[in-house]
Amino acid sequence: MDDITIIAAASIISAGITMGIGAMGPGLGQGRAVAGALSALAQQPDASSTITRTLFVGLAMIESMAIYCFVISMILIFANPFWNHVITQAAGK
Amino acid sequence: MRLSTDQLILWQHGFFKLNATIVYTWGLMFVLAMGSKLITRRLAPGVSISRWQCVLEIIVINMKKQIEEVGLRRPERYLGFVGTLFLFIAMANLFTIFPGYEPPTGSLSTTTALAISVFVAVPFYGIRERGWGGYLKSYLEPTVIMLPFNIMGEFSRTLALAVRLFGNMMSGTMILGILFIVTPFIFPTVMNALGLLTGMVQAYIFSILALVYIAAATGTGSSKTDNTTKDKIWTT
Repeated sequence: MDDITIIAAASIISAGITMGIGAMGPGLGQGRAVAGALSALAQQPDASSTITRTLFVGLAMIESMAIYCFVISMILIFANPFWNHVITQAAGK
Repeated sequence: MRLSTDQLILWQHGFFKLNATIVYTWGLMFVLAMGSKLITRRLAPGVSISRWQCVLEIIVINMKKQIEEVGLRRPERYLGFVGTLFLFIAMANLFTIFPGYEPPTGSLSTTTALAISVFVAVPFYGIRERGWGGYLKSYLEPTVIMLPFNIMGEFSRTLALAVRLFGNMMSGTMILGILFIVTPFIFPTVMNALGLLTGMVQAYIFSILALVYIAAATGTGSSKTDNTTKDKIWTT
């Protein structure tokens, strides 16, 4: 296997793993957050606007973890810096 | 496949390039500025108002209400900055209903620019509200040991703001592109509708986070007196 094949295989596999594990944690966290917000809403329907706003901000915070993982996996697949480096080196030879 | 709208170059002369991000941002600025100019040209104070003035009033009043709910007492001070952020991002994401349009917020340069303006605005409002000493002292809270973490937090939350908006918008466009290859008929429309919802939520979150940061810097956000009065109200 030459360098390009190794880099391609490694980046595709690690992009999949990144997305898989990166979706697991935020999924659990968002589930807990929504469950907490729902029980709070059931107990105090008057405070719904405050709860909803805080919930949205919190969800965005949690979701940004998943988004970071997604961005990194997209970079690995579509804009891989190592890939470009190896190709320019092979062209320079 | 393009990762962002920066790579779509519409016009080029020498080293001077006009990519899709710049063109769409200019178009949005034009629509927003001309729209508000046209609507506010004939403002009526009475009961019978034009429907566009009604729309604008609803938007502005709700923004003021949201700013007050975060805990900032004079919403007029922050309405210009935060309202513009919200309107720009919301319009940028709403315009995806037009075919051929790609949101400029799906490019990391735009979102970084927006996040940097928040990064500059937070100390600006903080210093204006509390003075240099009061603002700089907020970095030493709760203890002096937290100083490096507070400074690091300032940078990391700017990065998070930029990457969050970029990631959400880019993923919407990317998923649409992939779906058009796999199931080209009805399903992309459903995802487009979902993308509109995510766009609005992201615009809301971006401006609310900017507000929360400003409220934390000005020290009016969740001060102890506020909490105790709220507790009193809840217990009575």
